Amino acid sequence: MEAKKHKKKGPIVEVLQRLGRNKTAMVGLAIVIMLIVAAVTSPFFYDYDEVIIKQNIPERLQHPSKTYIFGTDDLGRQIFPRIIYGARVSLSVGFSAVAIAFIVGGFLGAVGGYYGGVIDNVIMRFMDIFLAIPGTLFAITIAAALGSNIRNLIIALAISSVPGFARIIRSSVITVRDVEYIEAARAIGAKDSRIVLNHVIPNALAPVIVHTTLNVASIILTIAGLSFLGLGVAPPTPEWGAMLSAGRTYIVGHSYMTAFPGFAIMITILALNLLGDGLRDALDPRLK
Amino acid sequence: MDKPILEIKNLVVEYRTEDGVVQALNGLDLTISPGETHGLVGETGAGKTTTGLGILKLIPDPPGVVVDGEIYLDGKNVQESNEKEMEGMRGYDVSMIFQDPMTSLNPVMTVEKQIAEVYELHENIKEAEALKKSHEILELVGIPAARGSEYPHQFSGGMKQRVVIAIALAGNPKLLIADEPTTALDVTIQAQVLDMMKHLKEEYNTAMLMITHDLGIVAEICDKVSVIYAGRIVEQGNLVDIFDNTRHPYTEGLFNSLPNLADRTQKLKPIKGLMPDPSDLPTGCPFHPRCDYAMDICSKEKPPRVFRTEEHYTECHLYNEANIKEGGVIKRD
Repeated sequence: MEAKKHKKKGPIVEVLQRLGRNKTAMVGLAIVIMLIVAAVTSPFFYDYDEVIIKQNIPERLQHPSKTYIFGTDDLGRQIFPRIIYGARVSLSVGFSAVAIAFIVGGFLGAVGGYYGGVIDNVIMRFMDIFLAIPGTLFAITIAAALGSNIRNLIIALAISSVPGFARIIRSSVITVRDVEYIEAARAIGAKDSRIVLNHVIPNALAPVIVHTTLNVASIILTIAGLSFLGLGVAPPTPEWGAMLSAGRTYIVGHSYMTAFPGFAIMITILALNLLGDGLRDALDPRLK
Repeated sequence: MDKPILEIKNLVVEYRTEDGVVQALNGLDLTISPGETHGLVGETGAGKTTTGLGILKLIPDPPGVVVDGEIYLDGKNVQESNEKEMEGMRGYDVSMIFQDPMTSLNPVMTVEKQIAEVYELHENIKEAEALKKSHEILELVGIPAARGSEYPHQFSGGMKQRVVIAIALAGNPKLLIADEPTTALDVTIQAQVLDMMKHLKEEYNTAMLMITHDLGIVAEICDKVSVIYAGRIVEQGNLVDIFDNTRHPYTEGLFNSLPNLADRTQKLKPIKGLMPDPSDLPTGCPFHPRCDYAMDICSKEKPPRVFRTEEHYTECHLYNEANIKEGGVIKRD
């Protein structure tokens, strides 16, 4: 009976249970899920060509009303659907840049941390070079050199996030590397690749998960910043930073044009940070 | 006589760090026959664990360097084997039980999977079959197979050590290295675990190298004993030789450090001083600064090996071929 009660209650389930008890983290998680759902389903509700990018000059600069929930912008486009579509851009760029950075940085960090010595030194000094270039500046350079489109934006943001991941994974692999169960795995004849995949990475992952969540938030912020400067996503693609920038001219009298995209950015970042903090607490074994 | 499972000849291991060279092993000789349980007894830092890791060729390098000596494992030269050959031997020909069961299991992997890894690595079978076999061995060490799907943190210390033993036995090794397997357990569990190991060892006819500092465990389970001091074996013999015909003053000191159950008011007589700094060993016999019987020659020359019987020898200037048979130099209180 006792065995049954314990069954399947692995570390992951335990972490999720602890996360579930953290109310602010659950709020963050709910908002993130809501945004993802909105981003994924938006094409079913709004036609991209008709609603999102088609100009409708007679209806320009309408204040929020029943017809236009968030009002319309200087070209007569409804702000609400554009914000929903903006989530698509921000989240897809944010998540894919982080995913690339996670895989590349994770591989480099894990290899450097596990083998140490010369390999580690070469990788980490190389990472230091990238770390010395400010992320925004790097993205601007890439945009200037290769043109500003979503693919280049993802590449630029991913590259500037790689060193952060490499460092975090490396340090966490180093702490795990010398633990006795790694030695025990070696003593039963396991190969390096197996040790890294089965034993090192699963145990080194906790701090990385937190960093990933927080990194998505900072990347979304960078996207908005770049688009605000006209270097991120090119118009007429709806993007929060670009919308903010467009609303700047009309901030007196039509403040909703900047308020709503700003609010969208704020709530996304807030939600991701709440979730990240909650995960950090949930993964911290000292709080068990 | 059977061909030995393990033969270590004149093994010298150094840890070369920036602060100096630590001489972990200084010419260690050890031979274990099939089915034999050999106790390796000594203080912290004497080189016991280094010996165990050396057999597996797992001495961390850097800083560890095998300077001299040969290790033959079931006839194969460990020093000359490459990493791939060693991977095939580890867990299959030889396996190791680690000191601390709390840290030698992967916390995010179920117990059955950790055991099944051995089968997957060495028997080339599918995961489902490996899991089935891992359940069998769990039952063998006294854990219900149903608990195999749990994680290590749901087990008590004694049960974790049983799991570690199950992992070590899974490959049905010819030699089992047990590095202080009961140190982290409380005494009642120690007795259970030792009993189980003794039983399993007999069943599988596995040779065992029992690394310990506990002479009680040696008396309980071992056939032969080597007393190691500063990386060298100072006295070696069978149980009767070591316990009743003690020759080396260091071995005597170890016995005097044990509480006497027959006379509970008797004070303990610890060996004076500490283990010498292995990066700066005394000249001559490394034990002489702590030895009650030390003579002039002890600080100048390394003592030769003197045999009392064919299998009992000691390295001490107190003895020569003539007087070693009688004993009498060391007086017990």
